[in-house]
Amino acid sequence: MSSLWIRNGRVIDPANGRDEVADVLVVEGKVTAIGTGIEHSGAPQFDATGLVVTPGLIDMHVHLREPGFEHSETIKTGSMAAAAGGFTSIVCMPNTSPVNDSATVTRYIIERARQTAVVNVFPIGAITKGSAGEELASIGSMKQAGIVAISDDGRPVMNARVMRRAMELAKAFDVPVIDHCEDLHLSAGGDMHEGLCSVRLGLRGIPAASEDVMVARDILLAELTGAQFHVAHISSRHSISMVRHAKMLGLPVTSEVCPHHFTLADEDIQPYDSNYKMKPPLRGREHVAAAVEGILSGAIDAIATDHAPHPGSEKMQEFERCPFGILGLETAVGLSLGTFVHTGKVSLNKIIETMTVAPARILKLDRGTLSAGAPGDVTVLDPNKEWTYDVNRSHSKSRNSPYHGHKFKGAAVATIVGGNIVFDAR
Amino acid sequence: MSKGLLGIEDLTRVEIEAILQRAKDFQPLQNQSNKRLDLLRGRMLVNLFFEASTRTRTSFEIAAKRLGADAVSITASGSSVAKGESLVDTLNTLAAMKPDAIVMRHAASGAPHFLARYLPTPIVNAGDGTHEHPTQALLDALTILDHHSTLEGLRVAIIGDIVHSRVARSNMYLFSKFGAEVVLCGPAPLLPPAMVQLAPGMTLTHNMTEAIRGADVIMMLRVQLERQNESPFPASEYYPFYGLRLEHLKLAKPSVLVMHPGPINRGREIASDVADSRQSVILNQVENGIAVRMAVLERIMN
Repeated sequence: MSSLWIRNGRVIDPANGRDEVADVLVVEGKVTAIGTGIEHSGAPQFDATGLVVTPGLIDMHVHLREPGFEHSETIKTGSMAAAAGGFTSIVCMPNTSPVNDSATVTRYIIERARQTAVVNVFPIGAITKGSAGEELASIGSMKQAGIVAISDDGRPVMNARVMRRAMELAKAFDVPVIDHCEDLHLSAGGDMHEGLCSVRLGLRGIPAASEDVMVARDILLAELTGAQFHVAHISSRHSISMVRHAKMLGLPVTSEVCPHHFTLADEDIQPYDSNYKMKPPLRGREHVAAAVEGILSGAIDAIATDHAPHPGSEKMQEFERCPFGILGLETAVGLSLGTFVHTGKVSLNKIIETMTVAPARILKLDRGTLSAGAPGDVTVLDPNKEWTYDVNRSHSKSRNSPYHGHKFKGAAVATIVGGNIVFDAR
Repeated sequence: MSKGLLGIEDLTRVEIEAILQRAKDFQPLQNQSNKRLDLLRGRMLVNLFFEASTRTRTSFEIAAKRLGADAVSITASGSSVAKGESLVDTLNTLAAMKPDAIVMRHAASGAPHFLARYLPTPIVNAGDGTHEHPTQALLDALTILDHHSTLEGLRVAIIGDIVHSRVARSNMYLFSKFGAEVVLCGPAPLLPPAMVQLAPGMTLTHNMTEAIRGADVIMMLRVQLERQNESPFPASEYYPFYGLRLEHLKLAKPSVLVMHPGPINRGREIASDVADSRQSVILNQVENGIAVRMAVLERIMN
């Protein structure tokens, strides 16, 4: 718990409607004051002149691979990649080995994070045992142990009855249900979005409908049960409009989008390069446009990365044999600012909202704002910094990114967790 | 075509014409008692087959030998692949033995394209998954040109399991580049509408009679059960609706050529009497495979 006096930056705190040049004072790990004319001789100073000071960014969808897949990523390396990307909090999916489907695993992850992580780590528990989709996991005791949501991410809950029961329990325990929406029968064997590109490359397709039918089902189940339902990595235009419609009906439905789904389409895939392979797949241009529009309309609440490290040995294979997933933590800010802010489509304030208070509200975290008394998590951005991504210098253990060599405008220059500077690129 | 031959899509019409012209030079060799030339003496070809193949592997091997090159054939089941070695490691190992080219067949679409990014050795694609089979399209074109002076304006019906067919894709690209008119025909689950957008000059029908009417060439495809993880079409309905029978040939031009890349399944996609009819050029295709592969190997290994 440290103190830091962040001076003279443009403070953007969407939760409080603040956008002004001011100082932010963190004392003993908590935000104590925001404004001008602050005096605090005891705290180290951070000159943020010309920079943007925001609440610490939150990524509500990452895979840290520990326990079980430490050759791909660890809680430590994943947290370092997060810090380098400007994230002060990351929320990790339960598809580790063992799966986080019990309080024991939840406590292990929290303890490992306490020992090794440089940013805050919040675990998500599994919906079903082993994420096998059959028997419900120990949702209540995981909640007591510290999970912030439940999800079988990487897989859907195919059985609608099981999902209904999960939602009933989730409502009672007050945890959101995050579903990886994919009808496995429709997507079976698929490697990329179904369309002209998949036909051209001779790869099996994953139709957008495989996502849409599950989003539709889950919205109906959320209405039936009253549970809070969140769509993970939304990627299809019909899914986005269904979420929008559900919100208009007043249902407790939210969604997140990954930067790759609003920046890349299936036709951008370098032939048979597995750094472009993930689930949901890169879809057609009309879906990319819908993802951008979803942020504008509010159908999409949050930007999340689905950071999914895989080592070279697994990605250097025939496309159809490679696992799904790409890195995301270090490129999210650059991609988001490049797509929305530098094009004038969306204000910087709105994008910061999608990466701070929006995920905090969905997961009921006491973060994502710079209110007095809030945890001293702060991200300092330089929206105009020009840089090139060299994946070989990534803090992640893995190298699977389609953005290697990509030129960005906008980056985090410092990441501050509880008043400690955990990443500093000044 | 500086490096290998991965597909027809990337070739220009001029490049294809050059290969076909050279293949025509090699055709008469088949009927000579001394079939061997010394054009590639001292060169080494590796045939690497990760999928079962009789005709293509043998054809490449014979083509290499007729040009005077040495050829080694490896099948995946008898190699280190069975011991869990990755594809990249297998290919790097073979490349270290300095062959002049590697002919490769693999069940995964794009496997040779993926390897070509990492290997200095030219790779000839002998069929990758459901993507391309360029030498098959070239030998098909050569076979048609034995009967027609040009491909331009010909009406070609490609019938069967289109979505899983690398032969169909390579042929579509080739025919399109030469201005032929191609009708794709097959059961709807095996013929996604997007197929017609792969190249100019394609049309689509699910009606076999419509596809065959006025055709100069009927190209039948095998139902690739091994690539289907489901039963997209009732097996009992295949032959009645998409099997080529003698009565169909009356709808086509009198000079129609019946083709099939093999192996043929008599009574499934083609009637026995059609396969053996005088319109059938199925065995000519096999014969022309050698001349075409000689032309391709000469181009790549010289």
